[in-house]
Formats: sequence, C-alpha cells, structure tokens
Amino acid sequence: MKKYLAVFRIRFINALQYRAAAAAGVATQFAWGFLEIFAFSAFYRANPNAFPMEFSHTVSYIWLQQAFLALFMMWFWESDVTEAIEGGAIAYELIRPMDLYKRWFAQSCANRSARALLRCAPILLIAFIVPKPYRMGLPPSLPQFTMFVISSALSLGVVVATSMLAYVSIFYTLSSTGIRSVFTTIVGFLAGEYIPIPFFPPSIRAIAELLPFAAMQNMPLRIYSGNIAGRDALWGLAFQVFWLSLLIVLGRLAMNRALKRVVVQGG
Amino acid sequence: MIKLENINKTFRVAKRQGGFARAVKALFSREYEIIHALNNVSFTINDGEMVGYIGPNGAGKSTTIKIMCGILTPDNGICEIDGRTPWLERVAHVQHIGVVFGQRSQLWWDVPVVDSFELIKDIYKVDSSLYQTNLDELTELLDLSELLKTPTRSLSLGQRMRCEIAASLLHSPKILFLDEPTIGLDAVSKIAVRQFIKKINAERKTTVILTTHDMQDIEALTERILLIGKGKILLDGNLAELKKHSSERKTLIVEYTGKAPTISEGMTVSEAKDGRLIIVLDPTQLSVSEAISQLAAQSDLIDVSVTGVSSEEMVAALYEEYSI
Repeated sequence: MKKYLAVFRIRFINALQYRAAAAAGVATQFAWGFLEIFAFSAFYRANPNAFPMEFSHTVSYIWLQQAFLALFMMWFWESDVTEAIEGGAIAYELIRPMDLYKRWFAQSCANRSARALLRCAPILLIAFIVPKPYRMGLPPSLPQFTMFVISSALSLGVVVATSMLAYVSIFYTLSSTGIRSVFTTIVGFLAGEYIPIPFFPPSIRAIAELLPFAAMQNMPLRIYSGNIAGRDALWGLAFQVFWLSLLIVLGRLAMNRALKRVVVQGG
Repeated sequence: MIKLENINKTFRVAKRQGGFARAVKALFSREYEIIHALNNVSFTINDGEMVGYIGPNGAGKSTTIKIMCGILTPDNGICEIDGRTPWLERVAHVQHIGVVFGQRSQLWWDVPVVDSFELIKDIYKVDSSLYQTNLDELTELLDLSELLKTPTRSLSLGQRMRCEIAASLLHSPKILFLDEPTIGLDAVSKIAVRQFIKKINAERKTTVILTTHDMQDIEALTERILLIGKGKILLDGNLAELKKHSSERKTLIVEYTGKAPTISEGMTVSEAKDGRLIIVLDPTQLSVSEAISQLAAQSDLIDVSVTGVSSEEMVAALYEEYSI
C-alpha cells in the first residue's frame, strides 16, 4: 500500500507546480459558472414550477461542479497514462514491482485531487459571497454534509475506474483521440456535466439514473444541497459502491488481457 | 543466472504505401506484415558477467531486453532469470533488476531528482539505511550532489543520464540492463558513465547487460559480445574472437619530406597527398617492420602510425558478412 501512497504523493506534488494553469482554470470556471447560473435563472423566472430541482439546489450544483471540476469531469484526462501507452514510456512503469492498475488509479486520483485543491478555494469563496439567489447555500445538516464528502470520494473512484477502461482501449487503438472525444461527450452528458440528470426527459432520465455515469458527480452534487436526502442518499452511496466495485473488476480484467499483448511503441 | 532458449517474438505491423488513395483504401482493408523480431534466440549469462549486446537498428536488441525485463511476452521459448520467468512473475522479478532505457526517462519531470529517488525507495521497499548508503555512494561516484535538488527538466542530457543510472541502482539490483546508456552524451560524460558501470560490475558483482551502437562502449566495457542481426544471434564470443572474423589488415599513415617512396607488393595506397600517404598493408604478404624499413630507406620519414581495424569497421564488416 505504501508504494501506491508514494506514487499518489509525487503525482500530487507534481500537479501542484502548475499554478498559472490553475489560475487560468479558476477564471474559466467562474465565467462558465455564472453563465450557466444566469441561463438557468432565466428559465426559472419563466416558470419556477416547471423544473425538477429547486433553483437553490441547481445553484449549489453548478458552483460545486465548477469548484471540484478536476475531481469529477470525464474530460479531465490523465495524460501521463495515455502518453505512457501511446509513446512507450509504459516500459518504465512495467519494470517497477507494482500493480499497474493500482498505480495508475493512485496517480489519477492524485492528479485530480491536487488540481481540485488548487482551484476550489477561490471559487467557493466567491460562490459564498455573491448576492442571493446566486449565492451557494450551506448543506442542510451535518450528516448530509458527511454523506456529501463520502459520495465525492466514491464519485472520484467511479470516474477514475471508468477512465481506466478508456485507457485500456488505447492498448488496442494506439490513439487516445477517438476514445477521448466519445467519452467526453457521451459519458459527460450522461453524468450530468452539461445539465443535471433530473432535467432529462423522464424516459431518458429513468435509464440514465441506472447507469454507472449517474454514480459520478450526479450523487455528491445533489446530496450536498439536500436534493437527494436521508434514506435516498444512503441508497445513492450504495449505488456508487456497486458501480465502483464492478468497474474496478472489469478494468482489472481488461488490463490484464491488454498487458499480455502490450507492444512498446517507439523502440 | 540468465537463460534464454529458443525465444521467438513476432509483431504484426500495419503496412501501406504512401499517398491519399492508399490511405483511404487502408480504412477498409488493411494489410499486415508479420515481423520476426526474434528468431530462436538462445544464450546464457552467468552472475557477475558484463555482456555487450550489439546489432544494427531493428535487429531485436531492445525486444530481447524487454522480454528479459518482463515487459513483453514472447510467442514461445523459455526465459529463466534466477529461476523466474519474467513475464509470468513480473512483479517478483523486477524487484531484483535495474533498467535504464537511454531514450526515455524514469525521473519525474517537474520535481527535484531526489523526490524521484524517494519514490523509487518506497516502490522497491528499500530499507532506509541501505537507501542512504546507496545514495551516498552513487552521489559520490556519479557526482550528483549538485543535481539532487534540481528538477529533472532543468538537467542537461549528461546530468540526467547520470541521475537515471543512479535511479536504477538505488535498490541494489542483481542485474542491470542498460539500453543505450551513452546515447547522445558528450565524450566526458561517456567516459564517466563507462567508468562507473565498470566499477559497479567489479565491486557489487552486478550482472550488466548493455546494448549500444557505440563501439567504444564495447571496447571499454565488455569481455563478452553477443551480436544479433535480423532477430538471430550471429556471434557469441569476446572482442578478440570478433576481430578474427574481420581482416588482419593494418593501416599505415606516413608523413615524409622530399620525394615520395615507391610502394612495393603487399601495400596499397588509399590516399596520397603532399608529404602524406595512407597505406593499407596486408601483413600476410609483407610484415609491418619490413614495410617501414622499405619506406624509410627511400624517404625521410617524419611520422609513421600503424593502426589495426577499428571496432566500428569490424562490426560494419560483420554486418556485411552476415548480410544484415
């Protein structure tokens, strides 16, 4: 376990170096967050009862999403991993006495959390001081907040486990471009990156809520505001644990198969 | 001990002619070519040996190294290293080997070198006191003290290579694989790296397997040479045996004043300039001393130098001989 923590640590430190990128990211996320909130507020003004989520819940959803973007977004790709497969640096990872799946998992989690840590504070700070109704609310209770924290960790796990399947496919396709755009669009949409899942048409929503993508940001962001609360939230956590375990099992199987036919690119 | 028996490895490579029409056609049906990267490769290397593994580009050197490191799985054949099959027991196997791929880096780009070293310490579960001893020793031998606190991205290639080699030895491996460790280095760095490798082999009894294109590496370092071409082991012997395969001819470079000497049987002029002759001598027809006395009798010699065939020429001749 210690070696994986060590990988986590160095990836975390490495990612903390990019301060300018983080500052640029923060600026983008602000702009995007305000844009989304203004758009939604226009819709709500037209008819507040026509929407499946309270406006305050939606506002919290968007601010949290922007603050913790690096944790939850599917398009956030672990380029160290994809480049290792595409460019052949994987040779150096395979000569370490480590399980490659666990290593990449630790590495991805580290990169995402380091970046989230760098970016979240200024966004949350502003989100808590802008005037109502655009201000982000506090969670309804402490247990609800605790569930939000657990759910965020699980969500990060599900996102990383899903990307791991995408990475394995690069062993076969030798290029991350295709799989990346497919993942970014489809998984991103079904995870609620563009609009929260409750806003989907009922029939699509019914299916989307069963898919592993609903175990990503959908859960923590809605649990925070109390949109999913109490027993439902506990069920939500169980749903996340289920998909996380299944995705890890699938990912490991796929990776073991791929490693048997690994070709190190570029000599 | 390292034992390879009849290792075969093929790769399937997509092929197509250049051009737009062919590219479009390749979208629908692809032609593949099977490349036999390794063809019944067998050899044995004992503990503590230092072996130079040479061959032209694409001969299969790196493929063999990668199989021995457990990275690639061969199509068939036996490979046993200290009783383990690398690709079946990869994690247990790699604990005891060190690898340097000259063309890649194992150091983290944006953090100081010492952070990468600490990571390696944790990954290999190196005991703290052993780590400190190794680090001190490597720091001294490779002159790293100034480099350890520098981020990898700020190092020159020679500095980085010294750090890479140190990184591969922190866990006291029994076997060290060096895949082109001197590639792109300047003369001073090359000499430093060679001396270091020699020392490690002599003092720690580390088995060293080295691939290189630099014949000076081979001359300076290895007793034993494995020559591979087109996936086959062509020669397994020492430098002297390798030399037997090439001609005995000598090159004489003569500088003189006055009139040019006439050249007798057994010598051929390969280059003639004012006051300077380059002569190729076949010692079976004319001995070196005889040739020099003949020349000296005719002209006033300022300087004479005699050289044998260089290793580079030798290997080039061997490549030609085996048509690889």
